[in-house]
Formats: sequence, structure tokens, C-alpha cells
Amino acid sequence: MNCQQAGLLIDSYADGELDAAGILELEKHLRECPACAHALQNLKGLKKAVTQDPLFFAAPAELRLKLKAGLHSQIASNPMQSLWNWNWLTAAASAVAVVCFALWLAAVLTRSSAQQQLTREIVSSHVRSLMANHELDVASSDQHTVKPWFDGKLDFSPPVTDLAKQEFPLIGGRLDYLGNRPVAALVFHRNKHVINLFIWPATQSDQKPVTSGSIQGYNLVHWSETGMTFWAVSDVNETELMEFSRDFVSATAKAPAGR
Amino acid sequence: MVDERKRLKSFEQTVLPHLDAAYNLARWLAGNDHDAQDVTQEASLRAFRFFGNFRGENSRAWLLAIVRNTFYTWLRKNRPPEIAGELDDEALVVEDASVGAEILSSKFADADAVRHAIETLPVEFREIVVLREMEGFSYKEIADLADVPIGTVMSRLARARRLLQKKLAGEFKRGGQP
Repeated sequence: MNCQQAGLLIDSYADGELDAAGILELEKHLRECPACAHALQNLKGLKKAVTQDPLFFAAPAELRLKLKAGLHSQIASNPMQSLWNWNWLTAAASAVAVVCFALWLAAVLTRSSAQQQLTREIVSSHVRSLMANHELDVASSDQHTVKPWFDGKLDFSPPVTDLAKQEFPLIGGRLDYLGNRPVAALVFHRNKHVINLFIWPATQSDQKPVTSGSIQGYNLVHWSETGMTFWAVSDVNETELMEFSRDFVSATAKAPAGR
Repeated sequence: MVDERKRLKSFEQTVLPHLDAAYNLARWLAGNDHDAQDVTQEASLRAFRFFGNFRGENSRAWLLAIVRNTFYTWLRKNRPPEIAGELDDEALVVEDASVGAEILSSKFADADAVRHAIETLPVEFREIVVLREMEGFSYKEIADLADVPIGTVMSRLARARRLLQKKLAGEFKRGGQP
């Protein structure tokens, strides 16, 4: 090995990157060549010189603070992070929505089941009145007979009107019991069919006649007016029952319910 | 779902311990504190963005590679003349390494003289010196980090050292420096 070749290996040697064979050859040359040995000493001195402490720059505290702020703001502005937040917000909102929906559904179901129970009671009452031959407590087509009959028997005064002109003649009335309270029942006929009209004070605002479907072949229509709730039930078809309901509404509107 | 805060904590634990090394490299490359802080800040934020790609081999080398890339991007934008031409590795012919030991040993102890000598090296030499001597990276690690062949790392390092020795010996006749 000559000095030129040694010069090419000396840095790797000083850096500990020379392979074993290279080390053997170079060390042999270094023992024989004072100039190259001297160069190695210089190199070692230089390596030591550039690694002395004063040459290292430590990150200023100011930079660390800035970086910390920068990293946190990057988290805040990161779209994934917003998505993450958004997801959490959505989840929370969904949970609230689910609870609200459940409460609403429970309320609706409770109400509808209450209404279902009421319609069943109405139909049962209607059927009972037909079966037990207990259609009437007061048999009269005269509204001025029927209406006073309820006085003293109920805590309210139901509107009574004869609809003979509309081919729904008033047959009479009776007391009945629905939804844990006494109610007025007016009986009308349509041909051979019986229409029971149940009346009691309303707990809700006025409502136009609406059909409540049919139970066991009986149709139901109900409405609210002038502080009363009306339920009409009959085996007449839905159209005729609606017709009856509207006739009753317009007749009582013309002839106010008051005495 | 990625927990960003966990990611930041992990980043702070694995990468931020090397902030001194990052700043040191940036400081040697940029030449002043203000620019070095800008480069380090930008590089660290970039590192955090790319942290998901880091596979946990050598976080210091990984961070310093980003610092280096950030610096060159910054350099092209802010100081175009400094990298106007590609460094010609053959332009700096290094001769005899046997400079007078007596002169050198006194200079070696002079931190300011050594600092000045390093500062006046071409930037491509400077970074190799910092990475090899101050950070202790192997030739292979430097080659990966700086994306150059190992041979280039070796030749630049050797030439950087000869230049430093010459500068410290007060010999500025050759070496391509003004």
C-alpha cells in the first residue's frame, strides 16, 4: 500500500467504517509511514475539534414553545380531527335524538294505545247497547225531550238534535260509561242501522270529524266542538257515518248547544 | 378512528427528543438562529403530518432528513444564488493531508476558529460534517438521509476534512472558497 492508497482509506479508518482487510493493510502502512501516521493524528484531532461542545446548537426554548403551539393548532385544524370531533358531536346529537324519538314514540304509543282502548270501549258499548236491548234510557225523537232528560244525570249538557231531515232520525238517549266517566249516548237510525253518538266534555281543542277506522266491522268517526268530544259508531259505511257527523256538526252549529 | 392526541403524544415522545439535533443541523445549514428556527419549526410540523408514514427505525435520521429537505426547499426560495450550481465533487482537489501538526493542534482547540471554518464550507460539505461528526451517523445512514451514493458521502467527507484542515492552517489557496 502506498501513501495515496492510504489517503483514500484513512477517513474510513478513523470513522470505523473500514473493513477488516482494509484495517490490516492500512495499519501495516501506518507503522511504516510517519507522514500518513501524522495525517491520521491530524484527522483524529480534527474529528475531536468539530465535536467540541461549544459547536453544538441547542434548540432555543422559544422554538420549543412555538413548536408546541404549532403542533396543537395543527391538531385543532386537522380535518381528520374535525371529523373526529364532528363524529363525536354527531354521536352525541344522535343519542339525544334517539332518546327524544323514544320519548316521543312512547308518548305516541301511549296516546294511541289510550285511543285504541277508548275505541274498543266505544265499540263494546255500542255492541252491548244492541245486544242487551239497552239501546235507550229515553226513547224520543224530540230533542227537547231527550236533552232535558240528561239534566241531573250528567255534569254537562250534551247538544241534542234530530237529523230526521238528513235521514238520521233521533231515536233517543241513554247514559253510558266510557273512559272512566259517565257520558251521554244519543241513538240515531239510518234505515235499520243504529248509530250511537257518545258525547262528553272535550279535553282537547276543536277538531273536524275524522274517521278512526273500523273495529270488528263497526266504523268510528270522532270530532270535537264547542267543548265536547263526539264519537260516532255504527255499522253503516264510513261515508254515511261521515255524512252523519257533518250533518250533526252543522245542525248543532245552527242550533247552539246551550239551553 | 385516529386519536390525534395520541398521535401527538407519540410524536412528542419519539421525535421531539431530537429537536436539538434538528435545530443544530438547521442552524449549521441556515447559518443563523432566525432562519434555523423557521426551518426547524416547518420541518417538525411536516414531520408530524408525515408521522403516520414513520415506521419507527431511526426517528432521529427520519427527522433530520425532513429538516434537510425543508432547508433546501427554503434555500431555493430564499437564497437562490447559494445553490446556483451543482457542487462539482471533483472541483475541490485535496492534496496532501499532512499539514503541520503544531499549527493545527492549537487551532483545533479554538472553538471559534473551528466554527468559522465549518461555516465557510460549501453547504453540501457542511451537512456531511454535521451528520457524520456531530450526529455520528454512519456513511450508509448519511447516504440514505441525504439521498446520495455512499461513495459521494465518503468523498465529500474527505474533502470537507481537508478543507477544514487547510482553513484552520490558514491556507486558503485552494478549495474553491472565496
